[in-house]
Amino acid sequence: MDAISYERAVDVSSALRAAQQPGTMFIGGGTNLLDLMKGGVEQPVHLVDITHLRGLDTIGTLPDGGLRIGALVRNSDAANHALVREQYPLLSQAFLSGASPQLRNMATVGGNLMQRTRCGYFYDTAFTQCNKRQPGSGCASIEGQNRTHAILGASSQCVAVNPSDMSVALVALDAVVRVSSLRGERTIPISEFHRLPADRPEVDTTLQPGELITAVDLPPPLFSDHSHYLKVRDRASYAFALVSVAAALQMDGNTVKTAHIALGGVAHKPWRASIAEQMLTGQPLTDARLRAAAAAAMGEAQPLSGNRFKVQLAQRSIVRAVNQAAGRTGGVA
Amino acid sequence: MSRNRVPPGSDEEPNATPNQPSRRRFLQSAAAAATVGVAPHVHAQTQPATSLPTAPPAETRAPEPPRPVTLNVNGRAYTLQLEPRVTLLDALREYAGLMGTKKGCDRGQCGACTVLIEGRRINSCLTLAVMHEGEAITTVEGLASNGVLSPVQRAFIEHDAFQCGYCTPGQICSATALLSEFNSGTASTATADVRTRPPQLSDDEIRERMSGNICRCGAYANIVAAVRSVHDGNA
Repeated sequence: MDAISYERAVDVSSALRAAQQPGTMFIGGGTNLLDLMKGGVEQPVHLVDITHLRGLDTIGTLPDGGLRIGALVRNSDAANHALVREQYPLLSQAFLSGASPQLRNMATVGGNLMQRTRCGYFYDTAFTQCNKRQPGSGCASIEGQNRTHAILGASSQCVAVNPSDMSVALVALDAVVRVSSLRGERTIPISEFHRLPADRPEVDTTLQPGELITAVDLPPPLFSDHSHYLKVRDRASYAFALVSVAAALQMDGNTVKTAHIALGGVAHKPWRASIAEQMLTGQPLTDARLRAAAAAAMGEAQPLSGNRFKVQLAQRSIVRAVNQAAGRTGGVA
Repeated sequence: MSRNRVPPGSDEEPNATPNQPSRRRFLQSAAAAATVGVAPHVHAQTQPATSLPTAPPAETRAPEPPRPVTLNVNGRAYTLQLEPRVTLLDALREYAGLMGTKKGCDRGQCGACTVLIEGRRINSCLTLAVMHEGEAITTVEGLASNGVLSPVQRAFIEHDAFQCGYCTPGQICSATALLSEFNSGTASTATADVRTRPPQLSDDEIRERMSGNICRCGAYANIVAAVRSVHDGNA
């Protein structure tokens, strides 16, 4: 790891001022940043330690009945907070699906949002081609190993996927990201926080330079009785999703009043399956309708040479996750 | 990590003699070779403040020289001369001389470096030592009290929960935290309904909760048995 300088910020305003210097990065849990620094992928010259900022490590209810999760709450604490488990079990499940117990004890909520969208070629500097790491250098994945890569929303520049489980659940829950900068505060709907690669794959999010995430706000809980996070991966635990599904429903008997479905492991950002949601909304939940909605969700899929299996895997995963969320026993598409 | 960019003294072994470093270096390399590729993509989290690819290195900031950093490890204060980039793992092993904590992959994938901070298990390879001043750090050397092994340590011996032993300090620290986490009611992905407290520490729960610790010898069955026996009070 290259030599760096370091300071510990005590409040948000001093952290924001410290971040004005070029080459400065905030460090929270550090589990992605230090890994990338060891590999020479990220090369900050100065780190501002934000883990001691006051007031950003708590979870509390909002006046509208929603929940505010401070950016510095550790993933394990968010997963096991009583209100998250009772009112947003989908989010708790997603947190618990990510990484390992040790990493969840370190990683912060804000840092989870900021972990790099990535693939093996991005991580390995022995490969010269990676538009995300070195804009304009090309993409080694498109003609190379791409089994775990995107099937939706990719570009000719980048086919990497975002690995966060938390973010997939946040998209299904319509969360809002709160950020601060020296210019003031603003909010970013979670669906607009991460971006598709297009012709700027080096930029993962819409966060602007100098901005700091302070919290994630959840709307009032509507889905606590009917939600499910399904993660399909090569190993039973401690692996990224090949496909994941966050399904959140409001049911009236067997009729779907509201359906929120987000997918992980398929795109550069958490992917909202809006077409499938529309096909299910207001309709009785039947196997045929659910299979049709799942198929429609993959209507625009463009698999690569190594990941054609993901299209069917995603359809089956949607069927299984929605059935689980609805309390139905069916599963296989 | 490209070793040729690391200046002498930061990542080297202070006590190395001409005859000894190759053995430990070999073990580190062997362990790294055994674990690299097991989990090619680690979940992780950071918050870049600026978009770096086009940001030139700032000439206004110079890398910091070593400065005194005081770590509270196993109830004892260690004041070490550390650069900011020194990980907690390297500080423990190469500066404090506490070799119990092991370096496996050095990238957060294997769990060999697991230590407890205020009782919580973390990967000491993916955090900076300087970030942990003022916190209570417990390594495997601190689990026994007055020469009496902890229940988890005894159970690992009784159940033969290791072969080569390299992952064992991390496994034991992890299992120690697992038991307190479970007793405080935490859920896992093996928990049927996260809205309720998991009713029992099943083998599936143990396997899921120990999944951050990899054992290349494959002693998993005995590790699960050791953890279960402590939970059941049979250790």
